[in-house]
Amino acid sequence: MKYITEFRRSELAEGLISHIKHGSKTPARFMEFCGGHTVTIFRYGIRQVLPQNIEMVSGPGCPICVTANADLDKAIALAQIPGVIIATFGDMLKVPGSRSSLQKIKAEGAEVMTVYSTMDALKIAEDNPDKPVVFLGIGFETTAPTVAASILQAEEKGIENYYVLSLHKLCPPVIRALLDAGEVELQGLVCPGHVSTIIGSHPWEFIASEYGIPCVISGFEPLDILQCVDMLVSQVEKGQSKVEIAYKRGVRPGGNRQALKLMEQVFEPCPARWRGIGEVADSGLKLREKYQRFDAEANFTIEPGPAVEPAGCICGDILRGVKTPSDCPLFGRVCTPESPVGPCMVSTEGSCSACYLYGEGLGG
Amino acid sequence: MEDKILLAHGSGGRLAHDLVEKSFVKTLANPLLARLDDSAVFEVSGRLAFTTDSYVVSPIFFPGGDIGRLAVCGTVNDLAMSGARPLYLSLAFIIEEGLLLSELEKIVNSVRLAAGEAGVEIVTGDTKVVPRGSADRLFINTAGVGLIPEGVDISGDKARPGDKVILSGAIGDHGIAVMSQREGISFATTLKSDCAPLGGLVADMLEASRNINCLRDPTRGGLASTLNELAGQSKASIRIEEKDIPVREAVLGACEMLGFDPLYIANEGRLVAIVPPEDADKILKAMKNNKYGREAVIIGEVAAKPPGRVVMKTVLGAHRIVDMLVGDLLPRIC
Amino acid sequence: MCLAIPVLIKSIEDKEAEAEVGGITRRISLWLTPEAKVGDYVLVHTGYAINVLDQEQAEETLALLREIAESEEAG
Repeated sequence: MKYITEFRRSELAEGLISHIKHGSKTPARFMEFCGGHTVTIFRYGIRQVLPQNIEMVSGPGCPICVTANADLDKAIALAQIPGVIIATFGDMLKVPGSRSSLQKIKAEGAEVMTVYSTMDALKIAEDNPDKPVVFLGIGFETTAPTVAASILQAEEKGIENYYVLSLHKLCPPVIRALLDAGEVELQGLVCPGHVSTIIGSHPWEFIASEYGIPCVISGFEPLDILQCVDMLVSQVEKGQSKVEIAYKRGVRPGGNRQALKLMEQVFEPCPARWRGIGEVADSGLKLREKYQRFDAEANFTIEPGPAVEPAGCICGDILRGVKTPSDCPLFGRVCTPESPVGPCMVSTEGSCSACYLYGEGLGG
Repeated sequence: MEDKILLAHGSGGRLAHDLVEKSFVKTLANPLLARLDDSAVFEVSGRLAFTTDSYVVSPIFFPGGDIGRLAVCGTVNDLAMSGARPLYLSLAFIIEEGLLLSELEKIVNSVRLAAGEAGVEIVTGDTKVVPRGSADRLFINTAGVGLIPEGVDISGDKARPGDKVILSGAIGDHGIAVMSQREGISFATTLKSDCAPLGGLVADMLEASRNINCLRDPTRGGLASTLNELAGQSKASIRIEEKDIPVREAVLGACEMLGFDPLYIANEGRLVAIVPPEDADKILKAMKNNKYGREAVIIGEVAAKPPGRVVMKTVLGAHRIVDMLVGDLLPRIC
Repeated sequence: MCLAIPVLIKSIEDKEAEAEVGGITRRISLWLTPEAKVGDYVLVHTGYAINVLDQEQAEETLALLREIAESEEAG
């Protein structure tokens, strides 16, 4: 497959690994923020091929993992309203809320449909004009514009029964909050690839200029991650801190203007709750007044009940990069992919799930 | 107005009798079935393999096959995985009221063709019709009986360190072909299900060498789950190389798009064989000479440690664990 | 986050396109990339093209990686 398989070629990987080993002298801790990067790192065993002085730590970049129980409970409560169809990305299905999960209530008879795209959700709305269809808006700046587009399409087509529960979040504000918390010392940041496709490279400047941390925007194939690490090492060794784009084929410095325009047209920033981090100002998106009629929060009485966090679960600490899965007393014993306690284990991108499934450190 | 299956078709009366005689018996034509006794009576001597399966695939028609073909092939393959020559199958239909007669007839015809190819006979059956909503169009339950040749002893716990692991062909075709028809994630592809009867392939392999330790077909849960089962039963480790596993471009494309791993996608016409290293080459050769083994390839070997685990060498040369499938495969955005 | 893969645009109708990857074709939306043309590769996330892939940059990156590989082998 063009532009996919070329970036997995082992001989090019060998070259990069060798270059990193020769160039890297200073101990460095790099954080990959994006869940997609976490998966690539675990899936290809990237930690195993990097020199000992480079430590990779995962951050809160999995939109599933950072969704607070209280918000997931809202989605579950909506699904339990008779007649409502919930359309959701597959990722959310198994995440445990305070008392239940979408998968469990689906088994109890709630109409929860898994979709790959908001286009599918719109079709469900068109095919079921008598039932309200609520799309669960999860995801960062990569996904929010697609949801904005779906609302505009619903408006254009006169679809009256399409709603969105916006649980969208923004990345730069939470990275700032993380850095301000000062819990983890970082020498470099592997910046999200597809979020940057939308927002460009400028929003990351503050990390390099205010916090002095090298930033490199990376793609998602193993060669992309290795190239990114190579560029971070280069900055570290030269004592530089700037924002660079490694993922040049997928990111332009100015981002995607059309996507940003649609996102800003439909959504506005609002405070948002991040699991393990708490409330971060201006880090969420809510529908603007003009689009209230599509807002699930405005059109339904949602009674989620009190939010309860599972005892012993340290997903929050793991999301902030302060602890690793093996630090968690529940990991692999009580909390497994079959019976997850916290979202880090459910989401295919969560650190715990990746660690459990790919057995970091085993084999070899 | 097309003819539909009604509740009365399952009630044992005239309508039911007509359906069985005209549709099933006529199409599946064999002397045992034609007797329409309560049970089929036959003589077999030797070690028998006996299996049962239920088929609930949705949609019931998919590129490369349908639930009828799937039912025959799946049952035949379970028998073949014990090294048995499949002989007789039972076939029980649970039909949702309202299924079109023409659809049922198509499926019965698929059964006929698949059974013919596999060299088995459907000798006894049952038909029930349930109210609308009680079944997803059609469920099929089967049982199968086969004869194991002398000196053949194949079982999941026989893998030994040093054994080679052979895969008969590219993975993921069936799962992706079926998924392409599902609502909510539809996409167009020329990919067909790999659904196929493997009795002949296994017979060819046994002729090349009786020393086959394990055989298993990677159905639901994919290659990864099957290898984990074998590693678990044998208390050994299976080590595979990512670059050696055959996957069609279309399967890779669909998996990339939906966020799946081909290792977990269902197959219905593939097998995994674990054989002693000295027999690997001749078994592989025999497989490649068979219609359903042309793409056969050695994908790894058995080691002692870590016991019960499957370890894969990635294209970067690093190693990672391949675990069993957990829960359902769901398309993801992340 | 944000699984997005490069697919090839085969045809365009209004704001939607038929796109292909590895023989699989799917209808995608061009609402976020109105500038996309037939023959372009676009990155698709949840059914929407989020970017027209810069093929020149892709080739340059691969060339750079090849250079690194060669110099490491020599050195």
